Amino acid sequence: MSGQTLSTRAPSMGAHYAVQLPAPDDFAFWRDRARALVQCEVLPDSVSWIEPGGTGDLFAQDGASGLIECLPVPERDARPARASKRFLSLARNVALHSDPERFALLYRLLWRLQSNPRMMEDKTDLDVRRVEELDKSVRRDSHKMHAFVRFRQVEDGAGPEGKDEHYVAWFEPDHHIVRANAGFFMRRFANMNWSILTPRGCLHWDGETMRESGPAQRSDAPDGDPVEELWKSYYASIFNPARLKVGAMLSEMPKKYWKNMPEAALIHDLIAGAQAREANMVAAGTRKARERPDSLAELAQAARNCRDCPIADCGTRAVMGEGAQHAPLMIVGEQPGDQEDLAGRPFVGPAGQFLDAALAQSGIDRSAAYVTNAVKHFKFVQRGKRRIHQTPTAKEIDTCRWWLENERAIVKPRIILALGASAARGLLGKTVSLKAARGAPIMLEDKAELWVTAHPAYLLRLDGEARAEQAALFAADLAKVQARLNALS
Amino acid sequence: MAQKSLLEKLEILADAAKYDASCASSGTAKKNSLGGKGIGSTEGMGICHAYAPDGRCISLLKILLTNHCIFDCHYCINRKSSNVRRARFTPQEVADLTLNFYRRNYIEGLFLSSGIIKSSNFTMEQMVEGARILREEYDFRGYIHLKTIPEADPELVRQAGLYADRVSINVELPTTSGLTRLAPDKDERQIEGAIAKTKDDIIEAKDARKRFRHAPRFAPAGQSTQMIVGADRASDADIVGKASRLYDSFGLRRVYYSAFSPIPDASAVLPLQRPPLLREHRLYQSDWLMRFYGYAPGEVCEATDADGNLPLDIDPKLAWALKFRGTFPVDVNRAGKEMLLRVPGLGPTAVRRIIAARRHRTLRLDDVARLTQSIAKVRPFITALDWRPTTLTDRADLRSLLAPKQEQLELFAS
Repeated sequence: MSGQTLSTRAPSMGAHYAVQLPAPDDFAFWRDRARALVQCEVLPDSVSWIEPGGTGDLFAQDGASGLIECLPVPERDARPARASKRFLSLARNVALHSDPERFALLYRLLWRLQSNPRMMEDKTDLDVRRVEELDKSVRRDSHKMHAFVRFRQVEDGAGPEGKDEHYVAWFEPDHHIVRANAGFFMRRFANMNWSILTPRGCLHWDGETMRESGPAQRSDAPDGDPVEELWKSYYASIFNPARLKVGAMLSEMPKKYWKNMPEAALIHDLIAGAQAREANMVAAGTRKARERPDSLAELAQAARNCRDCPIADCGTRAVMGEGAQHAPLMIVGEQPGDQEDLAGRPFVGPAGQFLDAALAQSGIDRSAAYVTNAVKHFKFVQRGKRRIHQTPTAKEIDTCRWWLENERAIVKPRIILALGASAARGLLGKTVSLKAARGAPIMLEDKAELWVTAHPAYLLRLDGEARAEQAALFAADLAKVQARLNALS
Repeated sequence: MAQKSLLEKLEILADAAKYDASCASSGTAKKNSLGGKGIGSTEGMGICHAYAPDGRCISLLKILLTNHCIFDCHYCINRKSSNVRRARFTPQEVADLTLNFYRRNYIEGLFLSSGIIKSSNFTMEQMVEGARILREEYDFRGYIHLKTIPEADPELVRQAGLYADRVSINVELPTTSGLTRLAPDKDERQIEGAIAKTKDDIIEAKDARKRFRHAPRFAPAGQSTQMIVGADRASDADIVGKASRLYDSFGLRRVYYSAFSPIPDASAVLPLQRPPLLREHRLYQSDWLMRFYGYAPGEVCEATDADGNLPLDIDPKLAWALKFRGTFPVDVNRAGKEMLLRVPGLGPTAVRRIIAARRHRTLRLDDVARLTQSIAKVRPFITALDWRPTTLTDRADLRSLLAPKQEQLELFAS
């Protein structure tokens, strides 16, 4: 304590006092001295507060300028110094700031509080504002320490009882906050051996006691940990390149912290790659906004150029639906087949002929219906001279749904008959089981009734008994649709 | 298929989790590991341990248990028909990863969500098991957020609440028709039923703790939910209305809004353009108005334009003030807290300061300037000892005077 002794000497007028603090964050020492000085009515301008290694102010350098070493001691019956709880908690925190003027500012506030005890409420006062600013930056520094300290595991056998897992971190705080934040890390990592090394002093916890040591250097800390690879890959993966907001990141995680955070090494590349990644996603995932055509003819014209899914690369043509413009019934198949592709009309091949016969049998007039497919292009693989049908994927059906929905919007059928699971997906947007969905109507969003049944091509692949059984079911479904059509017209 | 390494699985399952907006770790019961065998603490305030270049905080290890899913929700990258790489963690791997990250002070805890594998119950069991290992075997006292599955058995959801600090169930879309169209396997009544059940469990557990000190805690940080914005046709007015109903009926801590963002292998029924990110921001601002500024949902809706959407160029509070100019100017030396909170540019902190400071002096414009972030925004709407906005509030071009300068809002707008 640099030779200061307390004497009972009364304060002398015009004298200047210097208080040497034992540590830059010693709030309790400041509080005791400040209390006594206020009681002795020592004016704020007459005190210098000097931290270790600091000069405090000009007077301290010049011992001849009337500096009085001995602090006055208040009379026994001196009025006690008063301070609100709010001021004390603020002061405790502000004492940790690295601003050399902080103790003088706090003393000035304490002095002024004696005549105006509610002064801290007046946030327009310059001293009050300044002390709140300091408080805010210390709190922020502490918060960033809780957040950005990164432990690295070392196995040095330094722990007690053979525990050799030791976690060491290097951190560079702006203010004298290390000791004040020991409690946070102790409560959190109570059963770990850890050390936090900083240029302002170090903390060491062995599971039972907290030890402090002097300033350290970065080279004292370990330089890697295998888990960091996992952490970095997590950091890169959780980042959403579609929402780049570098400014928001920088305001919360300024660059000064980056050098001690392993994940920060990735930031540059992540930002650089973001634009390209999003562009790829958009190109692969969505398509350009298209005008919604008003008529079936315009729709067919537009569909000719559709390249939204890989089927378009098969070199086939778009086969659009055909039938009455405002047909009450829309029949939806899966996709055009070999013959449909050649003819450019839906349901003209073997399955179409089967369908025609079944429709006629149940009394449904195909010419009064609108017949189309869930997918507009023929998907196939070439085997020799033959083009073999391939089932479209769910994604292809979903992509083509845009066309089907436009057909629906123009034709506005009251009843839709979906032939097979692909057609059902094209209308419902989800895959349903045929067995569960058939036999009863499903109400669609636009109040159309959806009936689901098997695809004629499926029946054609069956033989004998199975075929007869399925054909009966198919006929029964058609009969129900016919009954509903009659009921609605 | 070759076994994937832990690193590969983490890449896939963190990537799949990034569309969940929430990463909050605040507002839970205080815990620490002093004197025990455990590890971890929560002290009320959340901590963001890192920030990604998307500006979002990384507070928790946010991963999916698996991105396999039997559901087929169109807006979701993990839907059954999507062509993404799939992976699956075991509950033990989740627990170990969490602990390894936690020990190095990378995270506050775990946010575990999952695609549905086999069945809702099986998935929920696996998630609860991950939380159980952390809590019971490792005595982990950090933060756990579990996304519960509305279709799962209520008893499993209750167990999740016993291990987790916060539980959440996504309502997904603001309108019933949107949900039917885009999430055909989900059911609004089931989702809201599960949220209501969780609310009852939370109230019951709180009540029990009042009477028995050692009664188990149930989701002490409450429950939250998330809505996707811009994937269906819902307007901001619809969304604000839905959010306020959710806050009122279920006592939710937070409603998160997630602007639908382009996902790889997107479904074709999604809108062709993504909504501006600013729309999400405006919704959060309106959320704040309801929670901290005393605006009724109807009043927020009054700030919307004719199409039911909040203006993008100015914030909803300013929009409301411009529509109801008759309420202004407000006298900073006399007006009550509620009226001061309506002044564009004054937040709860500034209002608190003004009320405290005016006990000491009659405020001038300079005094107000010291208490607020930007006096320019506040000035047209207040009177002070030496300030009267005179004709300013009547000017037709006030909006353009106050609207922030047009910047390029979306970096990659196409």
